Amino acid sequence: MTRARSGPQRERTRPATKLVGFVVIALLLAACGRSSYQYNWNIVVDSVIRPDRLILYGVWLTLSISVISQLIGVILGVFGAVGRISRLAPIRGLAAFYVWFFRGTPLLVQITFIYYGLGVTGVYGWPPIHLGGVEVSGAIQAGIVALGVNEGAYMTEIVRAGILAIDPGQMEAAKSLGMTYRKAMRRIVLPQAARVIVPPLGNEFNNMLKTTSLLVVISVPELYVTFSRKNASGPTVFHPFELFIAAAIWYLLLTSLWGLVQSRIERRLARGTNAAVNAGPGMRERLFGMGSGRR
Amino acid sequence: MTHAPHDLLDAVGELPQSADGVVVEATDVHKYFGRLHVLRGVNLTVRKREVVVLIGASGSGKTTFLRCINHLERIQEGRISVNGHLIGYREENGKLVEDKERSIAAQRSEIGMVFQRFNLFPHLTALENIMEAPVQVRGVNEDAAREVGLKLLERVGLEAKVDTYPGQLSGGQQQRVAIARALAMKPALILFDEPTSALDPEMIGEVLDVMKELAVEGMTMIVVSHEMGFAREVGDRVVMMDEGVIIEEGSPAELFDSPREERTKAFLSKIL
Repeated sequence: MTRARSGPQRERTRPATKLVGFVVIALLLAACGRSSYQYNWNIVVDSVIRPDRLILYGVWLTLSISVISQLIGVILGVFGAVGRISRLAPIRGLAAFYVWFFRGTPLLVQITFIYYGLGVTGVYGWPPIHLGGVEVSGAIQAGIVALGVNEGAYMTEIVRAGILAIDPGQMEAAKSLGMTYRKAMRRIVLPQAARVIVPPLGNEFNNMLKTTSLLVVISVPELYVTFSRKNASGPTVFHPFELFIAAAIWYLLLTSLWGLVQSRIERRLARGTNAAVNAGPGMRERLFGMGSGRR
Repeated sequence: MTHAPHDLLDAVGELPQSADGVVVEATDVHKYFGRLHVLRGVNLTVRKREVVVLIGASGSGKTTFLRCINHLERIQEGRISVNGHLIGYREENGKLVEDKERSIAAQRSEIGMVFQRFNLFPHLTALENIMEAPVQVRGVNEDAAREVGLKLLERVGLEAKVDTYPGQLSGGQQQRVAIARALAMKPALILFDEPTSALDPEMIGEVLDVMKELAVEGMTMIVVSHEMGFAREVGDRVVMMDEGVIIEEGSPAELFDSPREERTKAFLSKIL
């Protein structure tokens, strides 16, 4: 169970690291002051504090696409992993092919192929669908599918590692009590593997939040596209410095929020292990690298 | 742990019976790991209420044989039946074919197994460990399973550990929960695979006490163990294995005090 205890061993930010951070930011600001560019800091402040509907929609899209894609990825990952360790060679082969293909080609290629490639040939034209009165564009659907399927390949390997980390004695004990392989997997092995999987899963979702920006190639108006459009036209045209600082702040807010959620999940899953007793770094520490000092 | 006899088994109610009193019947069992011939024709009959202790050097095949009895290992030749039912295989046109997973699982649910390393489910509490199989395999309702589970935990002296996770229990306590977990399925037979070998010396006694109690209450048991005191006290028969076959068997007194085979003598001289 030691693997499940990675929480408490997570690195803590040292005072020296903080100092370096402050110095770097100060130098950056100083450098800003020396150039002849007319800074419009209001753009940053407004984009973050008073976001318009476009930005809010971008945030919403980034978040919802990430969550749905990651869910698809986890589900595919569980099936992929169980397939990879199946007793049946064809199923093993299929799962291995899936992982090999989607990890072996660039996500950008997969996104473009799934949307334009399948669309232009008429294999699947990605018509918009209506969900509870909301229209979901073909590009968003294709983006979710591409991100989800790609993520599934990575999750397959993560879940597989999680399953393999569980003592084979667990499966034997479950079987000796009369459980079938399926039931033993579902009731005994996977719940334990989940603990092992959560920390790398956290990484994956953090990545996912940012990787959604690749959907720029199929013009999904998520966060990155929203800000680059604001840079291309409108009142904030050609203010990439301010706009992309604002975009970065939005991404940081999303990933930080996820950090909070993740530590909650890890605590819950730590039930029954010693990790539950010393539940790892506090929220603030984990999010910003700035602990309250209380340990 | 001084309970009245029959406490442990009373907690689970009536156990399955077999007509002729034979619980395990193994005939000419052969097992290969790849090219390694680990079981070379094992024959063993275990009757109801009998406690059979399997001894032998490591590599003699005793644990492998035990694992064949509930089909955790496949066998390549011979047959094993429990309560008259062929284990792991069915006969088709005179040939043995591996059974469907569901029937194997159903057979295993009648055979308890206690492992050297306990193999409790770490994500479930002591009580949940015991309730899991009755609820998930037998479809017993939760309340009934909980009632049996609580009784069993009390019988193995762990009523205070109902909601404790295995990680917070000592080895001896874990093994007692594991025995209770096996008992909850009302098995016709319990297989013990070196149940005290992974325990600190001071904890061996508490586990052996529970096993003795079970033996006294009439549970059919096959025990792979080097606990000679236990074998002498509660064993009906001691079976000595070497190089994949049973080379000698008899009552504990016969086998320990006047072994016939040289290999048995050599083995006993090493462990006694």
